[in-house]
Amino acid sequence: MNLPLGTLRFLGFHKLHELFGELQFRGYRCMGPAIEYDAIVFRELASAKELPRGVQAEQSPGQFRLTRDPRNRYFAWANGPQAIKPFAFAPRESLWQVQRDQEGALKFEPLAPQPAKTAIIGVRACDLAGLALQDAHFLKPPYPDPNYEIRRKSLFLVAVQCAEPAATCFCASTGDGPTPQSGFDLTLAEMENGFVISAGSEAGTEVLAALKLEEATPKQVQEAKEQGEAAAQKQSRSLPGRDLRPVLMNNLEHARWDNVAARCLSCGNCTAVCPTCFCHAEMDEPSTGTGESLHVRQWDSCFNEGHACIHGHNVRPDTRTRYRQWLTHKLASWHDQYGRSGCVGCGRCITWCPAGIDLTEEIAALGVNA
Amino acid sequence: MTMVANLSDKMLVPQPAVVVGRTQESPSIFTLKLRLEDGAAQAAFRHSLGQFNMLYLPGVGEVPISIMSDPEDQQAIGHTIRAVGRVTNRLAELQIGDRIGLRGPFGRGWPIENMKGRDVVVITGGLGCAPVVAVIHYILRRRADYGHLTIIQGVKKAEDLIWRDQYAQWNTHPDTHVMVAADEGGPLWPWHIGRVTDLFGRIPMQPDKAMAVMCGPEGMMVVSAKMLAEHGMPEENMFLSMERNMHCAVGHCGHCQFGGAFVCKDGPVFSWPQVKGLIAHRGF
Repeated sequence: MNLPLGTLRFLGFHKLHELFGELQFRGYRCMGPAIEYDAIVFRELASAKELPRGVQAEQSPGQFRLTRDPRNRYFAWANGPQAIKPFAFAPRESLWQVQRDQEGALKFEPLAPQPAKTAIIGVRACDLAGLALQDAHFLKPPYPDPNYEIRRKSLFLVAVQCAEPAATCFCASTGDGPTPQSGFDLTLAEMENGFVISAGSEAGTEVLAALKLEEATPKQVQEAKEQGEAAAQKQSRSLPGRDLRPVLMNNLEHARWDNVAARCLSCGNCTAVCPTCFCHAEMDEPSTGTGESLHVRQWDSCFNEGHACIHGHNVRPDTRTRYRQWLTHKLASWHDQYGRSGCVGCGRCITWCPAGIDLTEEIAALGVNA
Repeated sequence: MTMVANLSDKMLVPQPAVVVGRTQESPSIFTLKLRLEDGAAQAAFRHSLGQFNMLYLPGVGEVPISIMSDPEDQQAIGHTIRAVGRVTNRLAELQIGDRIGLRGPFGRGWPIENMKGRDVVVITGGLGCAPVVAVIHYILRRRADYGHLTIIQGVKKAEDLIWRDQYAQWNTHPDTHVMVAADEGGPLWPWHIGRVTDLFGRIPMQPDKAMAVMCGPEGMMVVSAKMLAEHGMPEENMFLSMERNMHCAVGHCGHCQFGGAFVCKDGPVFSWPQVKGLIAHRGF
């Protein structure tokens, strides 16, 4: 029996384990937040008991620190370094294999990933928006990417509304959060003693129906709505508009690029934590003696020296042109490619930048003509 | 699970190709003629002028190489390659009968149909450029279909001009003018000594209808577009082939981005108005 999309139910904390159980019964491994190296990452969780509770993440430029949440909630942390990007766009994977026989003939074989059905619990609105942008990039005709598609279709996404945005968050200004709007199978809004839960897909309604939950009360629904609005209000950072093409493309020789280049280490941390960055390198992995080679791809960054190298010439030989490439792509040329900005306001690039470079600050400075 | 993507898409996974011809054009430049081993795939292979293939050597890597052969030649796929890097140096070692991998054809080519009946100006610089040489060959094989053909090439020193014989040979075709300029001449240098821009005033063309195809260093193309415009050619009649780092050729890997364009699928051939805003800024 299915429930109509948008049906609002209430999942008490004491029933959270039933959500895990239902997903596992349906063949999903459950990935959820876990604390590793003093940060929050997604790891496989055997049950709801393994969810960290009362953990908050204090974030600022170049800083991430776990703290205690006085309300002891499950999802009081805004986000960790790892978005859900790696679950669909693998950091490294083999694309094809080739075998050369004794006569020198070549036999190519595409290598399909075989991901386990995976439910991710605790997906944020920014991550969903990032995934939608990755979908637009990798699944676009005429060459949709099979490896991405196979991994993508293995996912069941349990989103959660952000009630405690970090100081680095600005999803309200990009229009992507803090309350998940679409792209999830189930979505949760955490209350004092449970979650308002609703489904956003057929698969989600099936799970929701199977959980046999009480309807959420109008008071709970209202509280969830207000919590989302309050979280948006709490955000202190913002971008000055949705389409920043004029600010960036009319200021390509602005002195601020030299200023930021003097601080930027060109390390690529921002691109590694970004939920929308899609650059990857392809390379060959020769075998030792068996006549086989693997063709692999792995995440690359426009901050890496070789990213723009053509024979005998590096199109972007310095940090100034690399940072400018990153920011103009993310906030300007992404509009030309996919009809919106490539930034979903998660703020990870600010938190995880070892130099504490804050793109909202860079944009503000570029808006002031030198 | 219904999939929109196809794991065995020949644009994503190479097909075996055999080397059926090899010509050494200069000490570092060679031409390979390739044929897909699968006869049906070879018969079905169609490209347009200015597109490229990804050539693959197992265990070494893939490189984007412009297709040199005539689109109507369905017997073999031709690539003229300069041995400059890790993969091209290994491609240079290939002999007839050797097998490699091939994906393609990719990208958008030259508007060769629109050039019919018009004067065509080909501008190339540096060490010669396969994408425009393919245009020259195409027009010379169908000489009556096109107006004046002018081939302009600038080099720093006379000895930098490779394929000297070929320029001289092109110059013998009817209505075809080769103009080469070297900043420094040398013994028996038959062409102009001085700047390549000196030559633009002498191009035999009806400028409002003529079309230009360019390939080479971007600074040279920027100057050339400006000169052509000064001589009356509309900017939308100027085309150029861009070169960027490419790994995937299908618009996924991100290396070849030029502003919002993916050079591998939106190019490599662009019209001048498409690129002129960004090309003047170093670093895109």
